[in-house]
Amino acid sequence: MDGSPAAGKSVRKRTLTERLFGGQEQVDTSPKVADEVKYTTCYMCACRCGIKVHLLDGRIRYIEGNRNHPINRGVLCAKGSAGIMQQYSPAKLTKPLRRVGERGAGEFKEIEWDEALGLASEWLGRIRASDPRKLAFFTGRDQSQSLTGWWAAQFGTPNFAAHGGFCSVNMAAAGLYTVGGSFWEFGEPDWERSEYFLMFGVAEDHDSNPIKLGISRLKARGAKFVSVNPVKTGYSAVADEWIGIRPGTDGLFVFALIHELLRADRIDLDFLARYTNAPWLVIRNPGQGDDGLFTRDAEGNPLAWDAKKQAAVNALGVDVSPAIAGEVTLPDGRKAVPVFQLLAERYLDPSYAPDEVAKRCGVPADTIRRIAAELAHAAFAKQIVLDQPWTDWAGRRHDKMIGRPVAMHAMRGISAHSNGFHTCRAIHVLQMLLGAVDTPGSWRYKAPFPRSCPPPGKPGGKTVAANTPLGGMPLGFPLGPEDLLVEADGTPQRIDKAYSWEAPVAAHGLMHMVITNAWKGDPYPIDTLFMYMSNMSWNSAMNTAGTIGMLTDKDPATGEYKIPRIIYSDAYFSEMVAYADLLLPDTTYLERWDCISLLDRPIGSAEGPADSIRQPVIKPDRDVRPFQEVLIDLGARLKLPGLTNPDGTAKYPGGYPDYIANHESKPGIGPLAGWRGEDGESHGTGPANPRQLDKYIEHQCFWHYELPADQLYYKHANRNYLETAKRLGFIDKAEQIVLQLYSEPLQKFRLAARGFGPVQPPDRERARIEANFDPLPIWHMPFEEAAVDNDTFPLHAITQRPMPMYHSWGSQNAWLRQIMSHNRLYMNRRTAASLGIADDDWVWVTSHHNRVKAQVRLMEGVNPNTVWTWNAIGKRAGAWNLAHNAPEAVRAFLLNHVISELLPERNGYRYSNSDPVTGQAAWYDLRVRVEKADAVEAGETAPSFPPLKTPPGLASPPSILRYGADFKSRDAAEEGGK
Amino acid sequence: MHPAFSVIFFTAASGAGYGLVALVGLLSAFGRVPQAGWFGFAALAFALALITAGLLSSSFHLGRPERAWRAFSQWRSSWLSREGVIAVLSYAPTGVFGLGWVVFGRTDGWFALAGLMATAMAMLTVWCTAMIYASLKPIHQWHNKWVPANYLSLALLTGALWLNALVHLWGRPDPVVGAIAVAATLLAAWLKESYWRFIDTVPAASTPESATGLGARGTVRVLDAPHTEENYLLKEMGYKVARKHAVKLRRLARLFAFALPLALTLAAFVAPAPLALLAALVAAGSAMLGVLVERWLFFAEARHTVTLYYGARQV
Amino acid sequence: MTSYVSPATGQKQLGLVIDLDTCVGCHACAVNCKEWNTGGHSAPLPDYAPYAADASGVWFNRIHSFEAGEGDDSRTVHFPKSCLHCAEPACVEVCPTGASYKREEDGIVLVNADTCIGCKLCSWACPYGAREFDEDAGVMKKCTLCIDRIYNDNLDEVDRVPACVSTCPASARHFGDLGDPNSTVSRLVAERGGFDLMPELGYKPINKYLPARAARKTAGCTGAPAALEPAGVDGAKGLLRWLDRALSR
Ligand SMILES: Nc1nc2c(c(=O)[nH]1)N[C@H]1C(S)=C(S)[C@@H](COP(=O)(O)OP(=O)(O)OC[C@H]3O[C@@H](n4cnc5c(=O)[nH]c(N)nc54)[C@H](O)[C@@H]3O)O[C@H]1N2
Ligand SMILES: Nc1nc2c(c(=O)[nH]1)N[C@H]1C(S)=C(S)[C@@H](COP(=O)(O)OP(=O)(O)OC[C@H]3O[C@@H](n4cnc5c(=O)[nH]c(N)nc54)[C@H](O)[C@@H]3O)O[C@H]1N2
Ligand code: SF4
Ligand code: SF4
Ligand code: SF4
Ligand code: SF4
Ligand code: SF4
Ligand SMILES: [Mo]
Repeated sequence: MDGSPAAGKSVRKRTLTERLFGGQEQVDTSPKVADEVKYTTCYMCACRCGIKVHLLDGRIRYIEGNRNHPINRGVLCAKGSAGIMQQYSPAKLTKPLRRVGERGAGEFKEIEWDEALGLASEWLGRIRASDPRKLAFFTGRDQSQSLTGWWAAQFGTPNFAAHGGFCSVNMAAAGLYTVGGSFWEFGEPDWERSEYFLMFGVAEDHDSNPIKLGISRLKARGAKFVSVNPVKTGYSAVADEWIGIRPGTDGLFVFALIHELLRADRIDLDFLARYTNAPWLVIRNPGQGDDGLFTRDAEGNPLAWDAKKQAAVNALGVDVSPAIAGEVTLPDGRKAVPVFQLLAERYLDPSYAPDEVAKRCGVPADTIRRIAAELAHAAFAKQIVLDQPWTDWAGRRHDKMIGRPVAMHAMRGISAHSNGFHTCRAIHVLQMLLGAVDTPGSWRYKAPFPRSCPPPGKPGGKTVAANTPLGGMPLGFPLGPEDLLVEADGTPQRIDKAYSWEAPVAAHGLMHMVITNAWKGDPYPIDTLFMYMSNMSWNSAMNTAGTIGMLTDKDPATGEYKIPRIIYSDAYFSEMVAYADLLLPDTTYLERWDCISLLDRPIGSAEGPADSIRQPVIKPDRDVRPFQEVLIDLGARLKLPGLTNPDGTAKYPGGYPDYIANHESKPGIGPLAGWRGEDGESHGTGPANPRQLDKYIEHQCFWHYELPADQLYYKHANRNYLETAKRLGFIDKAEQIVLQLYSEPLQKFRLAARGFGPVQPPDRERARIEANFDPLPIWHMPFEEAAVDNDTFPLHAITQRPMPMYHSWGSQNAWLRQIMSHNRLYMNRRTAASLGIADDDWVWVTSHHNRVKAQVRLMEGVNPNTVWTWNAIGKRAGAWNLAHNAPEAVRAFLLNHVISELLPERNGYRYSNSDPVTGQAAWYDLRVRVEKADAVEAGETAPSFPPLKTPPGLASPPSILRYGADFKSRDAAEEGGK
Repeated sequence: MHPAFSVIFFTAASGAGYGLVALVGLLSAFGRVPQAGWFGFAALAFALALITAGLLSSSFHLGRPERAWRAFSQWRSSWLSREGVIAVLSYAPTGVFGLGWVVFGRTDGWFALAGLMATAMAMLTVWCTAMIYASLKPIHQWHNKWVPANYLSLALLTGALWLNALVHLWGRPDPVVGAIAVAATLLAAWLKESYWRFIDTVPAASTPESATGLGARGTVRVLDAPHTEENYLLKEMGYKVARKHAVKLRRLARLFAFALPLALTLAAFVAPAPLALLAALVAAGSAMLGVLVERWLFFAEARHTVTLYYGARQV
Repeated sequence: MTSYVSPATGQKQLGLVIDLDTCVGCHACAVNCKEWNTGGHSAPLPDYAPYAADASGVWFNRIHSFEAGEGDDSRTVHFPKSCLHCAEPACVEVCPTGASYKREEDGIVLVNADTCIGCKLCSWACPYGAREFDEDAGVMKKCTLCIDRIYNDNLDEVDRVPACVSTCPASARHFGDLGDPNSTVSRLVAERGGFDLMPELGYKPINKYLPARAARKTAGCTGAPAALEPAGVDGAKGLLRWLDRALSR
């Protein structure tokens, strides 16, 4: 760009009129932008982009993306760009509150922090001294799970989880048990090299900006981008091909692709033999306790059949020529077959042929066949050969890196179904068959992934005792029935029933079941529900009205609330605030320290690990405290072991920054990996560095470790990478991570269901476990669809995240809510016509559970069997300090009103509306019918709830906002002064 | 287009005022109006009152009325500026003409010339007003030759009816003035009908397809507007009047602006004096009302191309 | 007769090129524009009833979403729109005060907020809806092409582009001199068949739109065949094919 300053001035002779009426404006093209620029990390959503905050006169003049940041490379999304309005939101809470009226009535009094913390430690101290399980500590969108989880463990309660259980645990668990990494935010396509990108069920993702940057890069290079999604908006709108699949059927679609690839033998056998458990021998011993387990040698190594030696050998050995097909007889006489053969037998079955699945998926068979051909073409005909030598796990040097430039990504469109765990595994299997895992051009792990597979670390909490920390972290990864958290009779030990037979691999807990279970006292009543940053009475609740009822329900016998105490921390006046007995107001993301740690949900990329911090860039103008600070303070008051010195004094008197810099979860490993050690020269591991935060600030608040070129691919089997990963503390041993086509842990649960082993499911669960713990991916009809009458509820109903809104918290933002304050029910034009529904009509959306009223918008680009809406736009009247007649409350709606947390009754029992393997909430299994509302019903949504009372201390919302006027008058004043 | 009352009133009132000035200036040159100074005073004062009230009202429409004087600067390019300049300049010949008539009791010679100049400038002002609208390409219902014709003829119509009422009031009914009023009514009615036929039958060139450039893929429909609530553009330019409603209003406009005035004016030819006066007065009042309705419709039926981006199928 | 002179060919005409093929409709450019400009040259960009019903505000850039075509072949197109800095800007021509003007040196169309009388006529004259009335101040405002960024010595060289361009996560916005046929943006327009909005009105917008590319969903679109050839692995003898495949670890 020609940016010479002269170009900014206009030089021209003044005409008569100009002299009479004043000439052309003199534009100041170089105004001062900031007194100071501070770097920090965005938290308008969980993508966590690097930002530069320009401060002028102590106010925020402008927030922009940090060009050097590995996540966003300078760009910023709509939410991030609206940070100013979040900071000046009138919904900000201002002081600790204690409930004075009935719960839910919104009557609070302001109290001092000392009283608030005293109260909390009194309540919690009592619980800890009696039965720590009576504290259920659940956190929502937070990024401090390593702190909160550790705190829960120190407290001694197993009843801890964050939001993952209702979010995307299916993706996390399926990935970690299959490839040692996952989609979600732990892997990414090779945007620079991929030739073919297949995306399943993604609207916005945690990788908001990276995906947008990536897609445009991919398109610029002419690669093909296919989006599998019932709805054609956002990413699907710019896809080269849109596959408008019927919700919940992706598994079948993927199986048909696999079927085609197998039938044509267009698979990467070398990759399978080297990097996956395809050759591992599986015992075929029907009816016996070892059926379906891997054959293992005395050291526990899995065996493979060496075709040259004609013998079973250690499958992890170096010089093996493994057979991938053919039944063999082991020395002990048992029969075994390689995993690959089981896989081929399963998916070559004609029931998975494109013609068979086409109707169910709503994807024409020809399309499926063509996509399969295109995948094979991209993977093999367009194979990438990089002149990049590397050394494999066995120390063998390879001159080249071979790439299969097919990348995949999947998220909640897969995850939020009751068959999501298996569908996600199916996608990973498809990747493996194409040899497209962490190779040039394919999907890649983001460091610190891959990790060993199946994942290490078991859930803690088998035994709980008063005043005693938990023996481990509350969340982990069970590898078999013996790792479950159940009583001898199979009764769940956790309040959310995670790690019970109802959800054995519930690696992130089941936050969506906590309130229901606590209210029922099933498996036991609790005393205090302690929540942080989660709008559990509204948009993250299934069965909103029911949840509100449970939060306020009293035991008629005692007159006490069924959930006796609720402590909640929020920064804003969300719907949940009304249900707190004690409210701990948090700071905004621009006011506090935060730590985006490798121990939490890391922000690494395929190029290398990264972590980052937030630093306060603006001082709070209210009596609020950062929640992490409060948690550490509470820990010290409760004298939790990790938070107190032996002499009883607080271990982190400097609060959260003190903790970030000095806490070690294991020797040498702390929340931040950068600039460790006294000298600040160690990275990854090393002694704590008291000046670590200064180092981060010097480096724009992030640390990024760039992997050398030979470690960028094949990380699961790349010796130099594995050694780096060990050195940085990501893995314990620098061993090959073998990808698991066949998942043995699942088979272990299944064997238990068949009656083998010491830990046995209750009889009621056997058939369910048998059916759902198949070690190879399966597909079953989404549970709700299978349970309801599909003539009565003929349509699928799903939601999508709007790009410019973050769940519920975007609506308080004066700029963002102007973009979307009313969500429609989107319907296919032809489907609507067949129901006599026209554009803009108001309709009732009815499920087996409830009904909700919405206004319709017709469109072409949506699967004809599907209706959908934007998520979390509907608001409770009064909440967020919005006017009671705001469209968010009057016209917008939540699909959550019609989603039940429980499935319809079957055999006298109502299971949770979740994936049977992981407990993932099955939001998108919803089935509905849509009917035109009466004319008199048009114009307003229903159900509507009584408006919430504004808590004390909130600013009164202005009727007109002139943000920025001060900067202008300042300019003028300066001009005048000159 | 949003029918802003200030603008509707302005164009209707000033139109009538300029029409009256124009006719008085013209006819007095030919001695076809009462020569009495009082009559001159009444006619011109009434006309100037209409004009001035209109102009004042139009400044209510401005965001910064105190800066209105700046609007005189762009007469070389802007019709609004020209309208302002000419409107102000037209006070001069009208003033001289009025001075001669009222103070010196003379409407001949230089004063007659001033009268003719007042006529010309009054018409020019109305034309400029019309051209403000007619020059706006984004609004098909305005950007056409019928618009200046409508503005001029309706100004003449209302001016003529007021003049007729005034001569009746003065007790000096004049068949020429009456005939002019009848002719002006017929002309204005024909031009207005032609205008309506035009906007009903001739489609605008712009479509959602041309507005977005996406026409090659087929019909273009709105999926989501940029904002779920109305913004300035829609409030200002997205005004829509229901077809049914418009048809009714057109009928009212026809009735009040043309039919009634025509009948009453004709009746005034034959009716006895007091009734004739009443008929002429009601005719003028009715036409004012009719023009207000017509002007409201002129805005309400005008569709701006920006609405193509917000779901309008045609403009 | 008009005081406005159309730009000569080759004269500098700064503007934007918007790629409808990659715009995902995220509204980032619109919000970032608001954020920059509410404290910038045209400060403030007020918001009315910001926390109540019927909220609205001044935005220089808005993102529309359209569907073009029918059924499966329809294309969802996200469509950002701001001032197009027309070569024949009637918005300037109709302005009675001269507050609206097009800069000779770079073609940027601006409003002088100190002389605008708020007659709104320019907003009527703009076919594209690119003019924004500030009710509060009673003056017209509009996209300034970030005139206070693109020449701003207080910003790093790389940052001297419009806010909407630097923030767009999908790289769907390009900024440059469209008066120079050899500029990157002009070449992009030529290569990709960039087009004008409502060319029939003759405003000759400087901003150009790049069309969404055609869907790629026919056999051969990537060079792959319509279906894969079976390799004879079906049925009982199928797995034989893989029996003695020589593989190594
Ligand atoms: N129908 C339907 N429902 C869904 C989904 C869906 O797709 N469809 N998605 C589900 C998924 S995946 C998720 S993750 C959930 C999300 O649902 P929630 O986890 O409930 O997310 P938010 O609505 O953003 O609520 C987070 C709360 O954090 C508060 N908050 C914001 N910033 C801060 C802060 O700095 N400090 C503190 N202490 N609090 C803060 C907000 O005010 C808000 O009350 O929704 C689930 N619900
Ligand atoms: N702007 C913004 N960004 C966010 C969030 C936000 O609220 N706003 N929330 C964050 C959170 S908590 C999460 S969990 C992530 C989630 O990120 P995404 O996974 O992108 O979230 P969803 O919006 O739930 O998208 C689900 C997509 O799957 C499609 N879908 C539904 N059912 C099916 C199906 O059966 N098959 C297929 N193939 N597709 C299906 C839907 O149409 C939708 O496009 O986004 C994060 N990023
Ligand atoms: S994606 Fe947007 S909201 Fe999320 S962290 Fe990045 S800039 Fe902030
Ligand atoms: S887009 Fe509209 S405001 Fe911008 S220059 Fe063209 S006519 Fe004027
Ligand atoms: S509103 Fe202002 S800029 Fe627009 S035409 Fe009127 S005076 Fe000119
Ligand atoms: S160029 Fe600047 S003012 Fe114009 S739309 Fe982009 S950000 Fe807004
Ligand atoms: S920022 Fe880019 S992708 Fe997003 S709406 Fe604007 S142009 Fe489109
Ligand atoms: Mo989520």
